[in-house]
Amino acid sequence: MNEKSITIIDPGLLSTVQDTGRYGYQKYGVPVSGAMDNFSLRAANLLVGNTTDSACIEMTIVGPSIKFNYPAVISITGGNLSMELDGAKINNWSSIQVETGSVLKSDGAQDGMRAYLAIKGGINVPVIMGSKSTYIPASFGGFKGRALIAGDTLLINNSDVEPIQEERNLPEGLQVVHYGHSHIVRVTLGPQHNKFTSEAIKTFFDSRYSVSSNCDRVGYRLTGPQLQHESSADIISDGTQFGSIQVPSDGNPIILMADRGPTGGYAKIGTVISADLNLIAQSRPGDSIVFRQVSVKEAESAFFEQETFLYLMNPKLFKNAPEKVRTTLSKNSSSILSLIDNDTKNKPLTIATANIKGKIFNFEISIESN
Amino acid sequence: MVPTITSVGDQALLVEFEDSISIKTNNSVKNLMAQIEENQEEWVVDLVPSYRSLIVMFNPMLSERTYIKNYLLKLIEKSKNVDQSLYKLIKIPTLYGSDFGMDLEFVAKHNNLTSEEVISLHSALNYRIYMIGFAPGFPYLGGLNQKLITPRLDSPRLKIPGGSVGIAESQTGIYPNDSPGGWQLIGRTPLNLFDPHSEQPSLLITGDYIKFEPLESIEAYFDIRNDVESNNYKPEIHMLDIEPKSHE
Repeated sequence: MNEKSITIIDPGLLSTVQDTGRYGYQKYGVPVSGAMDNFSLRAANLLVGNTTDSACIEMTIVGPSIKFNYPAVISITGGNLSMELDGAKINNWSSIQVETGSVLKSDGAQDGMRAYLAIKGGINVPVIMGSKSTYIPASFGGFKGRALIAGDTLLINNSDVEPIQEERNLPEGLQVVHYGHSHIVRVTLGPQHNKFTSEAIKTFFDSRYSVSSNCDRVGYRLTGPQLQHESSADIISDGTQFGSIQVPSDGNPIILMADRGPTGGYAKIGTVISADLNLIAQSRPGDSIVFRQVSVKEAESAFFEQETFLYLMNPKLFKNAPEKVRTTLSKNSSSILSLIDNDTKNKPLTIATANIKGKIFNFEISIESN
Repeated sequence: MVPTITSVGDQALLVEFEDSISIKTNNSVKNLMAQIEENQEEWVVDLVPSYRSLIVMFNPMLSERTYIKNYLLKLIEKSKNVDQSLYKLIKIPTLYGSDFGMDLEFVAKHNNLTSEEVISLHSALNYRIYMIGFAPGFPYLGGLNQKLITPRLDSPRLKIPGGSVGIAESQTGIYPNDSPGGWQLIGRTPLNLFDPHSEQPSLLITGDYIKFEPLESIEAYFDIRNDVESNNYKPEIHMLDIEPKSHE
């Protein structure tokens, strides 16, 4: 076969083509979709030399069996689905060379819920409304608008990025090695927290919630102490966001995820911060979640910390790289600090520069002094 | 009410104009959205308009929350003085009754009307599109004639064909694609409301108006349907400089 391709031998439980999401079409009622765990998808891409928004395969609980019809470079990030290459265990969070004819297999989830397979060059599927993401309910995007099935052959794009000479790994402190079954998730209040009794807000942050079996790409239904509304659960339908926590009249919170409808009619008590959305995406039925209230400013810092990490992995491939970014990191952001060499670590301001096609991008990182 | 701007997590702001449904409020949403789209700022990730509010999703790497808040406040102020643009009225040819609107007789009986009266009341008015949501291309329409109010089905149907026109309580709407649903079906339009391969994938958008046009026969339905399927159909669209009359 001349073209670069992979063949699905067994699709696993639910394998779909996803990228960073379909933005710009919510006004037409089109859900954003994209990776449930965006952070892992983007890291997977960077590890194989793809731009962060390249299309990957999102694998769920039991991953697929895939045959490679050409020598490829791949990476797997996110949950540990016990992936094996020709029978030998392989590690997440690193780039791996694959020979022609090799078979990738999954032995089922050890940890987490979803993993991302990035292939150097990215998966070649048509762009529908600006994105390669699959939205199954309306049968569009991704590979033929559906989940992958046995016998599908997917084309892989050529890549002009230089071949990777050696295996790339994420620095030690940055690898998400274990999601576990108990998650602390940070939440900002609102936008409709005033629709709830003050008792309900206290209960929400003081209690332990459990992920129900009703959890999919649209939303995660939780069980636990029920939350009382001041008068009614209904609002005049308005926009939703990835991580919006809506509470219908039965008092059980639902976290809205990648395939959520753009609008909804239930009061939203809070919003999961961007940096912690991956924890929800990786949680399984029966896992416990404790919500911790943070300010929007703290949520922003956490986001910048994640972005800084991805940016420093490979500034050239970082999509939407700004000309100048100022971020403030807390001193205990050990994960990021490990990327910055010791010499500059103790200075108040570190400037990372990247030369992208002759244009200089500045990255200023200030580290909180206390 | 003065518009308020609040945070929805760390990457979105919610602009709320009122806590009630009115065409005036929905026009404010529509106007602000139009202005933001016109400016094409690189930090805008997406916009989600609804009855009375607009979510502005932004990329925090490319701008900053306080700046965006002030930017939006200025635009809101400016959009107050902007002349109302033209109003778009889209005709929706609809075959009422028979197998295409199997609940027409139920709706008639429930309201002590004849089927003909239901059709004439339902198609007499223009309907305002307040927002598109729930499913791709699904329009939330302004008020139904009070004489047509009918409860939902006791148990939702598993598959409703795309194009179905239905009534649920005091709302009327059109299912753009095949989907499950509990609305009383009174007719079907041969038009495609949603096409993921089109540049503007949804025929209808927030702030437009529609008017149902009863079709005379099943032949008329299939004539249009054939044209739609072979891409030869152009929807009848009128641009009006005064706001079409409708129920709020």
